[in-house]
Amino acid sequence: MGIRFSLVAVVALVLAAFLGVGTAGLNHFFGVTVPSIALVVFLGGVVFRVLKWGRSPVPFRIPTTAGQQKTLSWIPQNKLDNPSTKMQTVGRMVLEVLLFRSLFRNTKFEIEKGPKLYYQWEKWLWLASLAFHYCFLVILIRHLRFFTDPVPFFVHDIERLDGFFQVGLPGLYLTDAIFMLAVTYLLIRRLIIPQLRYISLPQDYFPLFLLFTIGTTGILTRYFTKVDLIKVKQLAIGIISFHPVVPEGIGVIFFIHLFLVSTLLIYFPFSKLMHAGGIFLSPTRNLPNDSRFKRHVNPWNYPVKVHTYAEYEDHFREKMVEAGLPVEKELDEAPVTAQNSTEG
Amino acid sequence: MKMYDGKYILAGLIVFIVLATFPVWFTHGKAAPPPELKLDTPVIAKMANKQCVLPKEEMITGHMKLLNDWRTQVVRDGKRMYVASDGKTYEMSLQNECMKCHSNKTLFCDKCHNYAGLQKDADPYCWNCHIAPKENK
Repeated sequence: MGIRFSLVAVVALVLAAFLGVGTAGLNHFFGVTVPSIALVVFLGGVVFRVLKWGRSPVPFRIPTTAGQQKTLSWIPQNKLDNPSTKMQTVGRMVLEVLLFRSLFRNTKFEIEKGPKLYYQWEKWLWLASLAFHYCFLVILIRHLRFFTDPVPFFVHDIERLDGFFQVGLPGLYLTDAIFMLAVTYLLIRRLIIPQLRYISLPQDYFPLFLLFTIGTTGILTRYFTKVDLIKVKQLAIGIISFHPVVPEGIGVIFFIHLFLVSTLLIYFPFSKLMHAGGIFLSPTRNLPNDSRFKRHVNPWNYPVKVHTYAEYEDHFREKMVEAGLPVEKELDEAPVTAQNSTEG
Repeated sequence: MKMYDGKYILAGLIVFIVLATFPVWFTHGKAAPPPELKLDTPVIAKMANKQCVLPKEEMITGHMKLLNDWRTQVVRDGKRMYVASDGKTYEMSLQNECMKCHSNKTLFCDKCHNYAGLQKDADPYCWNCHIAPKENK
């Protein structure tokens, strides 16, 4: 169900761009209007979502405690998996954000013959995710050559490194290949592992199909169905310099690519893809486990009137002594003010 | 609007916005016009029929692939002549054939390669081995 829906959605998007540009000639709409809207929605949407999250109080420490917490001095603490200070938490977050440590800790467990549970080494998800995200980053940086003039040095350096093997012309970028492999793995994994397929929803399949198609159209544009890059750059730099132009004669494959990327940008802030911002705001990761030595007060606590035992005794000390009940302070030890208050 | 840990969240958002809008503030609203190519070399001026080995549109998008195919045919198959669709034959040679007409590398090749940001100093690796034509500048 989810698969079919997502697939149909992506095919419809491709067809929309294909027919819109190829048949109806809506070059300006697909070349300038939609991408501009997409950029605004993306930036605004991400800020909106993060600010909304920022308004939720997180009064208590709820980190996942995946190791020995700070305790007696002779028991070594696991500082990264159960951080107790700000610096340790930063260390945990850095590993989480840059190296996906939570995924690295993944294990697979299976019940095999007999009532035996087997835990197995399972790093493929971690590997594919890491490869996917970093390739995507490199591809994103490489695309800066269409948006900047002059092109900054690091874009050249990354291009050169990425095309290191100089296979064919235009040279094969390694990240293109790895990106496609990783996305394909992430998709196939969802399709063939029964448990995973059971919990997968359209919002899991849709981004994967979308990214797969973006990668495919991008590769087609670069290596096979070539388009005039000079005109593409003119269009791209026109949008971000607020002087949009749509040069004639760019192939329709480029518009399909652009439309799918625009869709991704618009979809991003309102979907699971917001894990990009969400990972920084995960209370189970970004909080130090210091409940044992710091008091955290709930900010939305209603100011409850309390009557402590000390005050209670101050009120009723005389009567308690009269009745022969034990008191913590005898009548002569109690402060004078308290005595007065009982009379009043 | 009450924010919790506002200073961290806002700092993070500002970093995100600055990075995400990098092309906008880097180009600061300057539209970069595409380069004009110069075709006024002496050899081209003398040509009656100003025609490259392929039509212009195909050369724009496919010249790198053509050069790569030529390289393969010459170096690996020992084939040196290319028959164009109009029956004319060309020697498959970057230095002796392409650059004979386009003897103005800095005003022809480099212009687009620079604009499209190909590699540092806009040099596709043709010129790692080939010798660029001498130009009077």
